[in-house]
Amino acid sequence: MLGRTDLPNRLRVISGAKDKDCMKCGKCSASCPSYEKMDIRPHQFVSYLQRGDVDAMMNSTTVWACLCCYACIERCPRDVKPAQIIEAARLMLIRRQGDTPYVSADDIPELLDPDTPQQLLVSALRKYTK
Amino acid sequence: MVVYTYYPGCTLKTQAARLDSYARVSARALGFELEEIDQWQCCGAVYPLGTDEVAAKLACVRALMAARDSGRPLVTLCSACHHVMKRVNHDMRMDKDMRAKVNNYLEDEGPYGGETEVLHYLEVLHKHLGFAKLKEMVVNPLSGRKIGAYYGCMLLRPSAVMEFDDPENPTLFENFLKALGAEQVVFPQRNECCGGYISLRERERSAEMAAKVADSAARHGAEELITACPLCLYNVNKTSGGKLPVVYFTELLAQALGVEAEEEEAAHVG
Repeated sequence: MLGRTDLPNRLRVISGAKDKDCMKCGKCSASCPSYEKMDIRPHQFVSYLQRGDVDAMMNSTTVWACLCCYACIERCPRDVKPAQIIEAARLMLIRRQGDTPYVSADDIPELLDPDTPQQLLVSALRKYTK
Repeated sequence: MVVYTYYPGCTLKTQAARLDSYARVSARALGFELEEIDQWQCCGAVYPLGTDEVAAKLACVRALMAARDSGRPLVTLCSACHHVMKRVNHDMRMDKDMRAKVNNYLEDEGPYGGETEVLHYLEVLHKHLGFAKLKEMVVNPLSGRKIGAYYGCMLLRPSAVMEFDDPENPTLFENFLKALGAEQVVFPQRNECCGGYISLRERERSAEMAAKVADSAARHGAEELITACPLCLYNVNKTSGGKLPVVYFTELLAQALGVEAEEEEAAHVG
């Protein structure tokens, strides 16, 4: 079992990603449609994990900006899986906080319109809440 | 008549009912039937990426087991359902650890080991029926219509698991359009993200992303778009305001097969 203090390794286990294989080519960030909305870009996110700075990762805008389009995973020449590292940081944050600072269930009725597909709601609830 | 076991998913029962109903009438015209799984559960719409997310995969595993027990492939229509179903099935086949954990949950129902073949409806048309045969069955060719195929993310990536088509230069939807007699428009943004679930809270962001897709399609001459994803359809239709209409691919299929009206009758009755 991993201890409470060993956050980087816990994040590695949850993500299943291989940060140590990264060769810093930047293809993930170049492919990312949310790049401009991220304070820590996908290639930097991998470096943050290598340095073990999990708190910064969990508090980044990146965890809300990533949309899991899988472009970075598809195009990474080293199979690092940057989106899975971002996802693991998001999971660790919402598991700790229960609800998310991004959107709470109470906000949702206001955000709907007559065309909102169920798929949108289910996806958002899966991504933003525990 | 060939029968497939079918997983519609939640959106196809509500906002995307047309994706479902046009697929069913078209299937009958093409000589196959979609038999819906009894009491299926929501796939979750997004694949649970965390390696420790086990319970979130159970709904898919139950559908996959129902298909296995039916002795038939499992057919999906919605891009998101297809994505989640295909990846969970892959986990169950390839990931020993995940398989063991899931089967522990499924004590009385299991075990399951990824035996089911998961096929998207378009793959049924391509692999089982064949586009050449489809072309022969078209009664109202969509001649002169300039249509772009918007693949989005979920069908294509990650390609090693999805095995749907070339993730950067896909041709499946274009070949489908060709079989229907339409003029297919290839545009660069066809496999890029529409903004997905960000449109719940940051509508301006999804509008920006969806506009990139719509503009790219229009610049390359598309006058309409097809998709298999209810969320792509929603995001792009919201942003383009109907200037570049997005419809489900099954709707065009039903038009080309001349069975469009049957769907409308069914929709009124149902």
